[in-house]
Amino acid sequence: MAKTPTRGGAAPAPSVDAALARQLLTDKLLIRRFEEKAAEAYTLGKIGGFLHLYIGEEAVAVGATSALRPDDYAISAYREHGHCLAKGADPKRTMAELYGRRDGLSGGKGGSMHLFDKSVNFLGGHAIVGAHLPIAAGVGFAVKYQGGDQVVVCYFGDGAVPEGEFHESMNLAALWKLPVIFLCENNRYAMGTSVERALAQTEIWKFGQTYGIPAERVDGMDVLAVREAVARAVTRARQQKTPSLLEADTYRYRGHSMRDPAGAVYRTKDEVEREKLRDPIVLFREKLLAADVLSEADVRAIEKDVNDRVDEAVAFADASPEPPGESLFTDIYKES
Amino acid sequence: MAVMTYREALNLALREEMQRDPSVFVIGEEVGLYEGAYKVTQGLLKEFGPQRVVDTPIAESGFTGVGIGAAMVGLRPVIEMMTFNFALLALDQIVNSAAKMYYMSGGQFNVPIVIRGPGGPAAQLAAQHSQSMETYFYHVPGLKVVRPTTPMDAKGLLKSSIRDDNPVIFIESETLYAVKGEVPEDPEFLIPLGKAIVRREGTDVTVIAYMGMMYRAMEAAEELAKEGISVELVDPRTLRPMDTETIIGSVRKTHRVVVVEAGAGFAGMGSEIAASVTEQAFDDLDAPVERVTGANAPMPYARNLERLKTPSKERIVAAIRRVCNVNGH
Repeated sequence: MAKTPTRGGAAPAPSVDAALARQLLTDKLLIRRFEEKAAEAYTLGKIGGFLHLYIGEEAVAVGATSALRPDDYAISAYREHGHCLAKGADPKRTMAELYGRRDGLSGGKGGSMHLFDKSVNFLGGHAIVGAHLPIAAGVGFAVKYQGGDQVVVCYFGDGAVPEGEFHESMNLAALWKLPVIFLCENNRYAMGTSVERALAQTEIWKFGQTYGIPAERVDGMDVLAVREAVARAVTRARQQKTPSLLEADTYRYRGHSMRDPAGAVYRTKDEVEREKLRDPIVLFREKLLAADVLSEADVRAIEKDVNDRVDEAVAFADASPEPPGESLFTDIYKES
Repeated sequence: MAVMTYREALNLALREEMQRDPSVFVIGEEVGLYEGAYKVTQGLLKEFGPQRVVDTPIAESGFTGVGIGAAMVGLRPVIEMMTFNFALLALDQIVNSAAKMYYMSGGQFNVPIVIRGPGGPAAQLAAQHSQSMETYFYHVPGLKVVRPTTPMDAKGLLKSSIRDDNPVIFIESETLYAVKGEVPEDPEFLIPLGKAIVRREGTDVTVIAYMGMMYRAMEAAEELAKEGISVELVDPRTLRPMDTETIIGSVRKTHRVVVVEAGAGFAGMGSEIAASVTEQAFDDLDAPVERVTGANAPMPYARNLERLKTPSKERIVAAIRRVCNVNGH
């Protein structure tokens, strides 16, 4: 029997039943374990290039996706493993893509920064900061043009906010009333540059006011808070084609990428440790246990299931062959 | 066949394709209410309404990205750049998003968009509005690049570009919008991308040119015909993919080549064609390939300087004479 847990602090927690709790915890754990394994594989040289880990930020992708329908769209930047997995991509094919293998989502041609999965309406994996915001607006434009009622969730970091394309996209989405939810994951650092060093207006959600669209700041470590805020935005987008700007206050534990493993130059160890006290998985699990929504045995079963799936993903990626040489020249032009 | 201007031919192509396919829409600065800065989209707003003829604010990167996103999920946008020089503001979207999407996604998301508008030398538009922009795009795998010289080509190639499943860069010219020519009225008249055309048959020298330079090369060919020099004129029409087969075929016949281009010559279209000819038909050549290119300088405003910047008929004639070894070395 599901119970309604209460959150630490004054405000009562939003209701969560056991099935939802299990799903949210599973999805967050899957992303974290997946990325821990990816980091391991990177150090073993099995994954190359840039690998940007999402660890610490899982509640945003999972909370947001839980408020969507499967036919809604999601699009992201280059720290997108979590968004892609949350949207429903197969971890095996996702890991194989990180490995640059034939069975990867893009046959090994995209890599960590360019995950795409059309089968779950995940539109990528874009690695030029800010560039996917106008694209998200375009998807919203198409939904409206085609008379659909899907919404588009567009994830981006605080680093995209000073880009012109952030402002062009806010303006166009507001001007044309496009069903896009701009979801800024403010993890406080664009690579090594803190928001204070990058933005004249550090309260990012306030740009929504400038463009006349609903905007709010949400605790990005609280999966239920994210879910509720995104659900409100989804309702507005679906029913009135109103875009929203949400700012999720979150934190990445790892460096900018695996090439910045400690992330130590621009922030203190104390700060990182302090942020880890807000961990979106640990706190949520404790809350569920304290409120008897899930039992210890439930949690253990979830952890085992997740570990098995991630092990399977790694084994699958390891076993997948390299892409054939001739695929260098495929998928450049689509034959009509 | 009907006689119409290049501008009318483009307008007809847009109208026919919008009538044929409801997923085709036009988006850009001043395309609707104003009916296009050069009136290419005249009448479209009235016929198709604001949902399909979309006026944008001045935000090239933004509205190009909108087109790319819309194309990813099933629409076929035709994006107008008021002048192609403004496409530099959208270069990242074109090069990093549109051209790469199909590849990066392993064939999951193609981007069927046309980005069209005028480019190249015009009439005293000075340095920022006169660039031969094709050079910025034909280097990029994933893009197709079209330069239509005649009204017939404007219609047939634009229609093919709209039906193509890939991003197509379609660069017109301010100087050609008023040019008249015969244009088939058949709504299924298409000119395939990647096919060159021999505009004039000749035996002594192959001159490769497109857009305004083709018209100058035609004048040069007329003049030289009086002296007994027979010039074959080849218009690539599509610069990427380039129809080297037709070019090489002509070279094997004439054994001499002059490439004319309006843009600055360094790493230009002439360099690429000269390389292809050298690689594939070196033994057929009776003379080195000549390039007649725009000067390696920005476009000046002053009328006399502008004339110096762009290849003239006289320079084309002189180059042809040189490769034919007439009047000197």
